[in-house]
Amino acid sequence: MSSATATAPNYELIQQDGLDTGLLEVSMGPHHPSTHGVFRMDVKLDGETVVDLSPVFGYLHRNHEKLAENMSYLGSMPFTDRLDYFNSMTNNWAYALAAEKLVEIEVPERAEYLRVIMAELTRLVNHLSLVGFFVNDLGALGTPLLYAFREREKILDLFEQASGARMMCNYFRFGGLRNDVPEGWLDRAREVVDRFPVFLDEYEKLLCENEIILSRTQGVGNLSRDLAISAGITGPMLRASGERYDLRKVDRYGIYDRFQFRVPYSDGDVGDCYDRFIVRMLEMRESIGILKQALDGIEHGPVLGNAPKVFKPKPAEVYGRVEAPKGELGFYLIADGTPKPYRYRVRPPSLINLTVLRDMCLGQKVADAVIILGSIDIVLGEVDR
Amino acid sequence: MSLLGGGILKGMAVTLRNFVGSYFDRDRLTTNDYAWRAGDSLPQHAGEYPKEEGEQLRDTTTVSQYSRNFPMLLHDEGEAMDTIRCVACQICERECPPQCIYIEKSTEKMERGGNKAQFYPAKFDIDVSVCMSCQICVEVCPFDAIVMNSQFELSTSNRFGGLLLRRDDLLKSNGYYHKIHPEEAAARDRRMAEEKAAKEAKKKAAAEAARKKAEEKAKAEAEADDKKQEDTQ
Ligand code: SF4
Ligand code: SF4
Repeated sequence: MSSATATAPNYELIQQDGLDTGLLEVSMGPHHPSTHGVFRMDVKLDGETVVDLSPVFGYLHRNHEKLAENMSYLGSMPFTDRLDYFNSMTNNWAYALAAEKLVEIEVPERAEYLRVIMAELTRLVNHLSLVGFFVNDLGALGTPLLYAFREREKILDLFEQASGARMMCNYFRFGGLRNDVPEGWLDRAREVVDRFPVFLDEYEKLLCENEIILSRTQGVGNLSRDLAISAGITGPMLRASGERYDLRKVDRYGIYDRFQFRVPYSDGDVGDCYDRFIVRMLEMRESIGILKQALDGIEHGPVLGNAPKVFKPKPAEVYGRVEAPKGELGFYLIADGTPKPYRYRVRPPSLINLTVLRDMCLGQKVADAVIILGSIDIVLGEVDR
Repeated sequence: MSLLGGGILKGMAVTLRNFVGSYFDRDRLTTNDYAWRAGDSLPQHAGEYPKEEGEQLRDTTTVSQYSRNFPMLLHDEGEAMDTIRCVACQICERECPPQCIYIEKSTEKMERGGNKAQFYPAKFDIDVSVCMSCQICVEVCPFDAIVMNSQFELSTSNRFGGLLLRRDDLLKSNGYYHKIHPEEAAARDRRMAEEKAAKEAKKKAAAEAARKKAEEKAKAEAEADDKKQEDTQ
């Protein structure tokens, strides 16, 4: 950080009334490997301790909402892939869920099962990458991340076989899915799912008891349950702070009421980085459980309901939300009787979870600010939209 | 924390096991060759990448048959422009989310394979630097004229026109489609044949109905005529 050249310093000694306060303002990012994309933290430091921090974002703003208001309902489905580009399947689902509320469409049984399978595979992909990057931020360069990506690759192959693309899947449609999975896909999925716990065991052995990880993450980046609730935090981050809240249980959207699974949460009133890390590791186990049940329960049938040819809903306001791997992802749509939405709004979990970054970082060391940011799990595509 | 460092040693055992294991177990390998994609039915020669220069399917044989990249236009057996399926209806141009298709309709109609004469695209450009491979164009096309290619070696040093694919670059034969996406192409052909059969059956039924109706009408007229004659007598 101190390698700034004389011509362009990226830090500033703060003066007040002409007196040197001893505080140093450092601008971390937007091109900093720890910021997971183009994100900037303006950090004020007293020695190594963070005394103030303000996140600066918007570098990746792509006008997603306004674009969507100027095209057909179906047209913005592929754009939702690019919100949180790790989890295109759950993004698709949230949007499809909102649009399905506008016009009443039955989603066929098989499509519901496949949606759950895709969403849970996505959760595995997301949590794997998150944990990999998180340990990467801690300084374990490479190895854990590569193990995580090795497993992620197998799931991405499944996505590719089903939808044609590994990340920008664009697979969900209003009333079902675009196409059925190819012959033999379910067996391949089962193979991946069956092998996954073996990997998870190993991964847990690698990380969960590691003394360096314990001492770097425990007691770091505390977030109290009250603050988490009042700031609107959702997802694993909220659960790590001790609140048992999961939309899969609360809303029971899709067919989640048919599956047995537990919602991991921390039993204290405060969550630290380690809690957030462990909650995600446990969630992967539960996802595997759901996947196994879904793969057992799925039957043959159509995958697309009788969606209207021209999607032109009557005037209405709807909000559709799912438990995306990062938290509550919601789409708020206002239809005005034309083929384009009058208002299209995204509730991105990453952005809202990011709002407590300052509270978690105050008083911590600057090196910990990096892992606190990592433990929030943001994707800038979704933060900036 | 029991013995300080015990957790680290355990972790190291895991990395050691993975290191040794990667020589025996493909699943432990962190770098993956295209050809080793588990369970995927790859076309022939998969994995020898890059293949010899100039071979037509050079880069498409190394990717999965399910992968999609950018659209291409289909033509049936025969001269490409004589059998092009696209009728320049411009639905895809209208629906493409990032608006990267540009079509100019021909001025006169052209007949293809005994079907009714239709327009064809005088110009059909896709700017693949804008295209986001979403496949919406494929979904909305009512004539099965546009499908996804999986060719990915498209890099060019021409900044201005290099990524703007013209109609003749986009035109590919149905045979090529079958080669790169065997399952999808077969399913599409099957569906098209079914639709055609259904259409023909409908046409036949309609013709039959029309004939019957005409017969009945003639009969009724004849009867009416007879009656008239009787009446006048
Ligand atoms: S794939 Fe999507 S972006 Fe590309 S041309 Fe077709 S509709 Fe447009
Ligand atoms: S590709 Fe299909 S949708 Fe597009 S203009 Fe041709 S026929 Fe119409």
